[in-house]
Amino acid sequence: KQNAAAQKQAEPAVLQPTPQPKDDFQEELVVRPLHSGDIYASFQFRTLWETDFMRGNKVSHYRLFPKSLGQVISKFSVRELHISFTQGYWRTMQWGQPYLPSPPGAELWVWFQDSVTDVDATWKELTNVLSGIFCASLNFIDSTNTVQPSASFKPLGIGNVTDHRFLRYATLPREIVCTENLTPWKKLLPCGSKAGLAVLLKSEKLFHSSFHSQAVHIRPVCQDWQCKTTSWELRQTLNVVFDLHNSGQGKREWSLFKMFSRTLTEACPLASSSKIYIDITDNPEQFELSPATSLLSQAMVLGDRRTFSVYDLTQQDTFGSVRSLNLLIRWKSTEGDMLRPLLHAERYVAGYGLQTGEIHTLMYNHHPYRSFPVLLLDSVPWYLRLYIHTLTVTSKGKDNKPSYIHYQPSKDRVRPHLLEMLVQLPPNSVTEVTVQFERALLKWTEYTPDPNHGFYVGSSVISSLVPSTVAMDTNSTRERPLFSSFFPCKEESSYFVRVYTEPLLVNLPTPDFSMPYNVICLTCTVVAVGYGSLYNLLTRSFQIEEPSPGLAKRIANVIRKMRGVPPL
Amino acid sequence: MGLLSDPNRRRALINLLTRLNAPICGMPVEWLVKTMQARGLEVYTQRFSRTLPFPDENKERYMVKGTNVYGILRAPRAPRTEALVLSAPCTPGDNNNQAVGLLLGLAQYFRNQIYWAKDIIFLVNDHDLIGMQAWLEGYHHTNTTGMDWSPLQGRGGSIQAALSLELSSDVVTSMDLVLEGLNGQLPNLDLANLFYAFCQKIGVLCTIQGKLQRNDWDSVSGYSHAVQTMMLMVMKQASGRPWGDHGLFLRYHIEAATIKGINSFRQYKTDATTIGRLLEGMYRKLNNLLERLHQSYFFYLMPSLSHFVSIGYYMPAFGLLAVILLLRALDLWVQLATPPPTTEDGIADIEQSSPGVLSVLTPLVISHLTGAALYMLPIRFQEMAVEHFPVSETEAVVLTAIAVYTAGLALPHNTHRLLSGEGTEQGWRVLKLVALLYLAVLLGCTALINFSLGFILALTLVPAAAFVTPHVPKVLSAFVLVILSPACTLLFSVFFFQELQEMPVSFLDGWLLYLSVISQGILDHFLYGSLVYPLIALLVYPCWLLFWNILFWK
Repeated sequence: KQNAAAQKQAEPAVLQPTPQPKDDFQEELVVRPLHSGDIYASFQFRTLWETDFMRGNKVSHYRLFPKSLGQVISKFSVRELHISFTQGYWRTMQWGQPYLPSPPGAELWVWFQDSVTDVDATWKELTNVLSGIFCASLNFIDSTNTVQPSASFKPLGIGNVTDHRFLRYATLPREIVCTENLTPWKKLLPCGSKAGLAVLLKSEKLFHSSFHSQAVHIRPVCQDWQCKTTSWELRQTLNVVFDLHNSGQGKREWSLFKMFSRTLTEACPLASSSKIYIDITDNPEQFELSPATSLLSQAMVLGDRRTFSVYDLTQQDTFGSVRSLNLLIRWKSTEGDMLRPLLHAERYVAGYGLQTGEIHTLMYNHHPYRSFPVLLLDSVPWYLRLYIHTLTVTSKGKDNKPSYIHYQPSKDRVRPHLLEMLVQLPPNSVTEVTVQFERALLKWTEYTPDPNHGFYVGSSVISSLVPSTVAMDTNSTRERPLFSSFFPCKEESSYFVRVYTEPLLVNLPTPDFSMPYNVICLTCTVVAVGYGSLYNLLTRSFQIEEPSPGLAKRIANVIRKMRGVPPL
Repeated sequence: MGLLSDPNRRRALINLLTRLNAPICGMPVEWLVKTMQARGLEVYTQRFSRTLPFPDENKERYMVKGTNVYGILRAPRAPRTEALVLSAPCTPGDNNNQAVGLLLGLAQYFRNQIYWAKDIIFLVNDHDLIGMQAWLEGYHHTNTTGMDWSPLQGRGGSIQAALSLELSSDVVTSMDLVLEGLNGQLPNLDLANLFYAFCQKIGVLCTIQGKLQRNDWDSVSGYSHAVQTMMLMVMKQASGRPWGDHGLFLRYHIEAATIKGINSFRQYKTDATTIGRLLEGMYRKLNNLLERLHQSYFFYLMPSLSHFVSIGYYMPAFGLLAVILLLRALDLWVQLATPPPTTEDGIADIEQSSPGVLSVLTPLVISHLTGAALYMLPIRFQEMAVEHFPVSETEAVVLTAIAVYTAGLALPHNTHRLLSGEGTEQGWRVLKLVALLYLAVLLGCTALINFSLGFILALTLVPAAAFVTPHVPKVLSAFVLVILSPACTLLFSVFFFQELQEMPVSFLDGWLLYLSVISQGILDHFLYGSLVYPLIALLVYPCWLLFWNILFWK
């Protein structure tokens, strides 16, 4: 209804002297030197388009927004789409929180418009189309790995529909991400990889890293602060962490050239803003930056107040006299400790043998004095039969009763287990969630071609509002007016974090495929050739077939038969 | 493979090795943590403590407290689902310093490579097997032996394969592969093949059971050499104890082997770089595996490193032995089924046709109770024994075990006292039938799990079971039956094993060795969950007692 109202409001706007719907493109690179000596680079490309794909509004003229995605949005009535491809696991304890978390493998979650009648069929079709667009195995998403989380994945854009019947969530933990996924992703950018920050995205360097993640997020956002009309936002993000030992040859010194084997010479001409941010919060004790910039920017990122040096690529003087920008970050000392992430989680399979096992999920709250609730989402394939009565949640040796549990049991070969829990994590504690399972015996055609590799169980998702570290230092020494610092401001007091645990690799009881194969092949051959022909010989009676008599003879025989004379 | 072709790396390794020659073991935990961290690993420690049921006099330990240190090399762009383990035990004294040094050197080299697809865990375990047990239990969050350990902080997913490295001397002339694990489990044969292939490629002398392979198969001496090597493997497997740190991995379905550098006083010497290249090659091969090692043999005996005897060849030998029991049982069954010949008076012996359940059940129950006593009493009564006799705890346990065992021999008389009537001719037949079938099932199951143990037990128990009746000469038969009892089998095995190892011992030394083997067997059960001691005490010994009972049937 809101959309319809927005539509009516938007129509006169289209009749303005500039009938062209406004679109806008921004690009941005954030570089964060990590305490481990590694370096984290995060690209974000944002395309904003004031248009409406819905309600039969046929959009045919595309400028900055990629047409392939626009058509997907309108054909499948997508309200929100989030897809990520990740190779590697984000090491929260070494690297801190990422700007955009993603689980290893592929993750896809989509909110459909409430006008969609058959969500499952649309979802199936959508995954197949996306599979083609991103050159990935998303077509392996089916009902056995799709869930409808009730609380963990809320829409990130505007809109007030939160009926989780219109939400679909699936992960493919085994998906391997490589250049063939990067190329279609780069093609969605207005400048491609020809100009702007995207020239840095060379696959030979991006895949020579510790962590690589690329994502596409589409959501409706407000056009202005009154929010009368909506526009569509497409965010393409790419996160990469380069390793100190492998890529950096062990030297704590990074430059754009060392990271990407390219330097920057220009911004994307289509971009309205093109900036590089370097996180220099720990400067100058830790590292020096060249060329130096006077532009500084402060922002609240993940609950912490960070300072960034900003390089504006739309300004010519950024590139200096050599007309190329090669940022250099050099560590001075390796002292100093990283601020410990307040929330992190890990997961493993306990036990031995191929009959039963136990999944342990550990959630750490490192906050010294505040407890906070987290939402845990577990989606376990049907072939691990969870014994849900063995579910225990303990923290500090005591039973910790979840305040909300949503459990959907699995159906063999149809749908996975879905377990969502709201758990309160006590301060400075480890909360352990354990549940026992039994490994199912699959049918022999259900095994993958490499059954002895094991079967994957996707990451658990932990979503939470974590108290921010800024709110943590109550006795702030920062230069802040006293009147601003007594009551914690709500916006700054907590921030949203999503943490993914590692996926699991579980071995199922696997028959020795070599033996049955030999036996089946051999017996079939023996039966077919030996026994079959012998049986044939023994049971068939052989008769000499008379050549068929001519027509005259047959007529003669009929007459002879009528007369009672033996035939010829 | 360019391991240590870089002179800087080589110098670093040599520095490390020389520094390690200083007696640092007894686990310099902080130093190890710092060194591993400097090499770019994620380092974690695990504390554990264990009080042994009685003091281990071989290794001189009773209340064990230690710390395992392990560093995880995270594979780039891998989701922490698979891992490989390289471990080196760090024992007090400077026994294994070379191995720890090599492990750290390899960690440094491996860290700079980009081809890893699986996390590699470098583990330095304290107190060899106990530390390894604690680490594995912590990693898989199980507790089978009641050990105290602190939970692990970092993991690398499911472990695909593991190698344990032991370099006992500064001079290494050949590399020895140890395969026998807990309860006679063996790793996949492909792991042995991998080791052999790489030794051949690099040109390192490789041995199994400390014996070099010979090429003269057709000659008598070559053949007997191979048989000797295989018999050593049979004896080691039958003992059911882990013969290296790898032995404990096998329970978790992780293919593992121990590689030992040994000094066999040959001219040819192998330096640490060569061993490093060997390990690098093996790890790269294991790293490339998509699936776990499978579709190769898990049941095999090795007469040399390049040959193996598959289950299809050795199982019939055991099968033929077991068939004797079944035929004997069939014979008895037929005898029992045919009605007894009527005497000339025409009166059938009525008593004989109904032996009664009690006459069979009583010996069964009593012999099993004796077995249970043999299993429980030695540990329970050690304190009492120490108070009353001038012996140490270990001696108390072993001597109590022997005493209970011998006391069991007096059973037949006690059994009969419990029985109301006289034992009948039919009675011992039924009892023997039961005992024969019991033994056949017992040996069959044992041979499936641990062929060597089943075979050795069958060799001694089957003849005893076949011949024994109440009608054979008592004294001679009793002597033969005692000689063929499980305890004497163990005694002979000790001497035979020493003979095979070309280290013959005098009778007195052999006896002392025998006592220590018993204590080790009991310890293996309580520390690592070895099943040989309970198997012998609770099943094999009672079964043998049944035959003893038949011999003294009245």
